[in-house]
Amino acid sequence: MITTTDLRKVYPSRDREITALDGVDLHVREGEVYGVVGQSGAGKSTLIRCVNLLERPTSGTVEVAGQDLTALGGRTDRAGAALRAARSGIGMVFQHFNLLASRTVQGNVELPLEILGISGKERSRKALELLDLVGLADKARAYPAQLSGGQKQRVGIARALAGDPKVLLSDEATSALDPETTRSILQLLRDLNQQLGLTVLLITHEMDVVKAICDSAALMKNGRVVESGTVAELLATPGSELAHELFPVGGEPSGPDRTVIDLTFHGESATEPVISQLARTYNVDVSILGAAMETISGRQIGRMRIELPGPFEDNVVPIGFLREQGIQVEVARTAAARVKETVK
Amino acid sequence: MTWAEIQPLLTTACWETLYMVGWSTVITAAIGLPLGVLLVLTSRGGLLQNVVLNKVIGVVVNITRSLPFIILMVALIPFTRWLVGAAFGLNAAVVMLSVGAIPFFARLVETSIREVDPGLVEAVHAMGGNTRTVVVKALLPESLPSLVSGLTTTVIALVGYSAMAGTISAGGLGNLAWTYGYQRFENKVMIATIVLLIALVTVVQLAGDLTARALARRGARTSGAPGLRLLRAARVAETTETS
Repeated sequence: MITTTDLRKVYPSRDREITALDGVDLHVREGEVYGVVGQSGAGKSTLIRCVNLLERPTSGTVEVAGQDLTALGGRTDRAGAALRAARSGIGMVFQHFNLLASRTVQGNVELPLEILGISGKERSRKALELLDLVGLADKARAYPAQLSGGQKQRVGIARALAGDPKVLLSDEATSALDPETTRSILQLLRDLNQQLGLTVLLITHEMDVVKAICDSAALMKNGRVVESGTVAELLATPGSELAHELFPVGGEPSGPDRTVIDLTFHGESATEPVISQLARTYNVDVSILGAAMETISGRQIGRMRIELPGPFEDNVVPIGFLREQGIQVEVARTAAARVKETVK
Repeated sequence: MTWAEIQPLLTTACWETLYMVGWSTVITAAIGLPLGVLLVLTSRGGLLQNVVLNKVIGVVVNITRSLPFIILMVALIPFTRWLVGAAFGLNAAVVMLSVGAIPFFARLVETSIREVDPGLVEAVHAMGGNTRTVVVKALLPESLPSLVSGLTTTVIALVGYSAMAGTISAGGLGNLAWTYGYQRFENKVMIATIVLLIALVTVVQLAGDLTARALARRGARTSGAPGLRLLRAARVAETTETS
């Protein structure tokens, strides 16, 4: 649905150039919720603005719904009619809502419809329908200043949906909201994604957002995508930083000559009593150092760090057993092990 | 002079002042508003970035603003004569007043529009709006309260300028004060003019403030008019006393 190819954005600065995007390839499938995470300054904001060409990339292409936007004429601000038409088919919600204080809630939702040239009666019908969809039907006549942050973001979402977009871009939509409101807004985005088949590309610095609603995720660092894929794929990737961030497991071995392994359960293995089977079959003492279990889009995914007595060589068979059960097994590089290595 | 003699003079002068201020306000708003918008749009990083045009407008505006109005009037005599066929009289004064007030108002418009959150511009772009949409749907409506305040300030400046324009025999309250009050030592006329000018400025300021406040209050929960605030404070004091 959204494909960027070798996207680069360089800002000319006084003495040197600042590279915000350094060859970003992103592929968002139709109907999925895709999260781009990274710290501030990683280039997330620039990336999402390049998708609807609010920022024109220095090089590379952006394709949304099969249309190459970078090929459409016009500069960012004096965009040609074709690009403007394409933009009205891409909804966008903002961190600070960006609602017009001078218009009522309904007036704000009608704005994109006015731009599309839709007649007054049709506009107000559509606006009320959208407000109903986001649960704000009773606030149509209120002004943004009378609403709470969460309500404002709902208006922002209703407004973004006015042009019947196939794609919704969310620029840190929940970052200005409290945890409770964040959950309800994320739930709304998820509902819209499922009810309307809306493809959602969101950027965030909160891992919880990815955990809550994303099907796929990408991690950005210094203008590059360093990891990307579906959440399940990421979890299946040994040493994945995103997987570790999403499911942090910690814990240090209780003594020397122990084998610490990280297990990732997904799919069926998550519901099997694997650990007790392991203990019974091989008569080993398993101690659990850390664990996290989550349900991601209806599927259980968990990570666990366990400790087996004896060095790795003694535990090859039990580890093989775990692998056979469809569990992803990684021998953990604990802090102690790392220290040993540096000493060597 | 008796009051009966002064009264018709005052009435005529009043209407003349209102004529001059009224028309020059209309012209100033009509030209100053687009000019102010243009100053924002053509500036560096603006939506219609055009540094050369921006500099030219900026320099013209600054030159006009740096001249004292009385000097500007004299400098404008040839232009006024070319435009309305006379260098004195009410219409000539309207031309001079407008030329004097347009740059002033344009700068105020520029400041007001710069106050608008750039996020709104981005939002309108993301919806597929063009520059015209941004100006008409976002920049102007969002800065309206501030624009009204700016216009109020401009109208009051015009009242002051119009008194100066009186010296070129344009008529109005300024002319009356000058010819009767200053040149003929008619203190009664002087005082009456002063009272009228104060009343005029007060009415304009009050009307402007009320309009701006009414526009700004759309949706804002708190911050009533000062009068209302005082009333509310009094009511709070009352209730605390009784309880």
